[in-house]
Order: sequence, then structure tokens, then C-alpha cells
Amino acid sequence: MASRNISVSETSRPKLPRHTKLKFDETRQVWVILAPERVLAPDEIAVEVLQLCDGVRSVAEMVDQLAEKYAAPRDAIATDVIAMLQDLADKGFLTEARESTA
Amino acid sequence: MSDTLAGNKTTTAGTTDGLAVLEQTRSAAETYGIPLAVLLEITHRCPLQCPYCSNPVELDRGSTELTTEEWKKVLSELAELGVLQVHFSGGEPTARKDIVELVQHATDVGLYSNLITSAVLLTKDKLSALADAGLSHVQISFQGNEPMVADRVAGLKDAHRKKLEVARWTRELDMPLTVNAVMHRQNLHQLSDIIQMAVDLDADRLEVANVQYYGWALKNRAALMPTIEQIEETSRIVEEAQVRLKGTLAIDYVVPDYYALRPKKCMGGWGRQFFNISPAGKVLPCHAAESITGLEFESVRSNHSIAWIWQNSEAFNRYRGTGWMPEPCKSCEFREDDFGGCRCQAFALTGDAGNTDPACALSPRHEEIFKQAEQESAGTQNRFLYRNFAGGTLETEAPQEKINGA
Repeated sequence: MASRNISVSETSRPKLPRHTKLKFDETRQVWVILAPERVLAPDEIAVEVLQLCDGVRSVAEMVDQLAEKYAAPRDAIATDVIAMLQDLADKGFLTEARESTA
Repeated sequence: MSDTLAGNKTTTAGTTDGLAVLEQTRSAAETYGIPLAVLLEITHRCPLQCPYCSNPVELDRGSTELTTEEWKKVLSELAELGVLQVHFSGGEPTARKDIVELVQHATDVGLYSNLITSAVLLTKDKLSALADAGLSHVQISFQGNEPMVADRVAGLKDAHRKKLEVARWTRELDMPLTVNAVMHRQNLHQLSDIIQMAVDLDADRLEVANVQYYGWALKNRAALMPTIEQIEETSRIVEEAQVRLKGTLAIDYVVPDYYALRPKKCMGGWGRQFFNISPAGKVLPCHAAESITGLEFESVRSNHSIAWIWQNSEAFNRYRGTGWMPEPCKSCEFREDDFGGCRCQAFALTGDAGNTDPACALSPRHEEIFKQAEQESAGTQNRFLYRNFAGGTLETEAPQEKINGA
């Protein structure tokens, strides 16, 4: 089962659970997140972050990547990204990759 | 990030409400925001007999239901129009033998599927097949937190135990679970226990939905109407739990509009962001809309497309926007906040769907109706009229001393 009460940190490796779908809505020409009885409208930055949430990358790696791409202060990006992911996790739309025991 | 797209974002400017004509070069979604989600009431058949059922009093018989191929065509058409989610509902949607095939088709055409179910017909194999077909979310109705109250309200023995079992399977299959609890005078004393039950079931979300009084529920109003004290206690319990369970269980709360001063923005406004399709294929602005006599609803079996019906049919345009409004709505500063409340309730309580919803304190009928509800809530009439195809069956005896035992 998907774990709850996730606390997002730089070491988290978040991913979208099976029932949360990020998709481009051709009709309205916007990105949407489809979740149980909800349609969310992520902004451009959120879409970019969510596309990086593959359960392999850590939040730290995502932040590095974004800080480099936008030539922005790493601290500011880390704060924003973690806050956004935590918000999604609190709503149940984000899960964490389990530690591999293999 | 906005919580939902369902507001104004996907509709065109409000000034053209009801007047928008589908231009040939544009899709319906561009000219008149096609809903993001559509409710599919694929059957009215149901093993439960809840006295507040939201289905119309005149139920569609099994023989009138759309066929598998007709529902598949509907699903494909909805996806093409830009609908993103469907809710398979009923009646009991799993009473249809083709439910897995319909969910699979929804997945194939790119729709996100929710199942709104009483759960009592589901086996573990069937639920697993639904998950494999792409089902993304299961919402199960509960009538109480233990069998005595719950099975009596449902009018079905062993229903509660079965629901608990299916709820656990849902989580075992890693599907998100919503517990839907319809609340009224005879089960509100169980609310705290229902919240704990949802937590114990590892549900993602709990809907605490007070009964809305039209159709079957209106017939049962005297047996269901809560007291104002119960509602105040309910609000207190819900607000406390919402804070305590943040991140564990999301709780949505629907208050009964009889005790409100302002009416609910029913369906987000008639014909603005919602439609549903009845078992027989009628395209409706609200699941209770067929209770309004004198409105003709078009069917997916007609030679009109769903987009055309949404845009142009008389029933959708009759109460769209604000142009139809009489006073006190017409000059009211809140007319675009609540769009005059609920048309079905206005029809049921005043005989004219074009009147202000009496739930609004500005309605000339508000005081009278509120008083009546208050009297009913204090009464001792606890017998249910159970929902069925025969027009309802009165409960054999009222278990007065067993209920209201809080």
C-alpha cells in the first residue's frame, strides 16, 4: 500500500502513485493532475518538478538540476520544491519509492 | 496551484451563458466549457433500499438501460469532447455484468475512472479485475459504523460487514478509498465512530454528506431531518477531526441547506460545469433533474451529439446563467455566487423550478419551510419509506428505542 504521512526532504525519492496521473489536456491545452474525483491544474514549474518525480531521483538531485537550469539560488529552489511536494503528499497525490531490499 | 479546474477557468466568459452557439471550427469545450468529470448512472438497480437515495422516485427499469455498446460509444464521445474523468455510479454500478468491460473501455479512451458503489455485490476477484481494467478510485457508501443502524438504513441484512470487507480489499489492491457517509437524524450520533472507522479502513478521504432533501429523501424528511443541535455538534466534530487528521484522512463536509441562510451553489450552477447520464441515456443537468416535470431531456439515443445537447438543448439553457431569474435573485448581489440555489429543490418545495430556492433566507418561503423542518426534526416519526421500483415500501415497524440511543 502507498505510505501516508510522508515527510518530504532532500533525500526523498517521490513518485506519483498509480491513481495520480499527470497528463496534457489537449482540449484545454493545459497540464492537469488527475486524482480521485479531482482535477488539479499545476503551474509550469510544478509540471516540471512532477515530471522529475520518477521514484529514482532524489529531491536533492531535482533541486540541483533546477538550480542549474534556472541559474537560481539552490536554497530558494529547495524550499519551494519541498513545500510543493509536501502539499501534494498531504493530499495523497504523491508517494515515496520504497527502499530496495535487493 | 489551484485546487480544481472546475471553476471559471474552463468556461468561457459568463456573459455568454446559455447563448453560446457551437461554432463549426471549434470544439464544444472551447465555446462552452465541457465538464471535466461526468457522472454516469449506468443502472438504477440496487440491492440497497436507502430511504434518501438520490435516484429519482420514478426509476429507470433494467430493460430501458443503455446497452454495453451504447455506453462504450458514450465513453468514447466524452473523451473526444475533453471530459477527463467519469464516475461509474447508479443504482449499484456493479449490478451491471459489463462493468469491467466499461471501465476497460474508459481506460482505453483515456478517461480516469471512479467507482461509486454500495460494495455489497463485489467479490475480491471482481474488484481485482476492475483494478486491472484501470479503475483508479473506489468510493463506498456507509450507512453507519455498525450493522444495527447501518443495515436497517440500507434495508439489507449483512450489508455493513460486506462493505467493510470490500473496503479492505480496495486498500490491499492499492486503490485509493473514499468513505461516503450520508448523515441524518438517525445516524448522526455515530459520526465520531464513522470518522474512526474511515481511519481504521485506511481511507484517503471521508465525505460527511448530510442528506439533501428531494426525491426519496423528501418523502422521508420527517424521519431523517436532523435537529439544529445535531448539526452544530456535527460541525464541531468535523472541524476538530479535519485538523487532527490532516495528512491522514481528508474530510469533505456537506451541510444540510435547510439550516443555512444562503442556498448551495447546486451543481456549480445549472448547466455550467456538470451533467450526468441516466441509465436510459438521458443527458441531465443534475441527477435529480428528472423530478422537474415540464422539462424535456434529450437522450444519447437521439440523433444529437452529447456536445449539442450540452450546448443547445432547451433543458440545459432554461436555467443557465442569470437571465431566467425572478426577484429576489435577479437583483441579488450573490446571484453569480449561488445561481439561485437548487432548481430541483425549488420545484419540489414551491412547485416552480424557476423560483428562488427556499433554502435561501431571501426566499419568501424560507421561514415557513425552515419551521416545518424544525418541527419534523423534533418529531418521533422514525419509520422509513424504503426505495424500490414499486414506488417505495414502508418499514414494518419503527425501532424507536433502538435508534437515537446516543
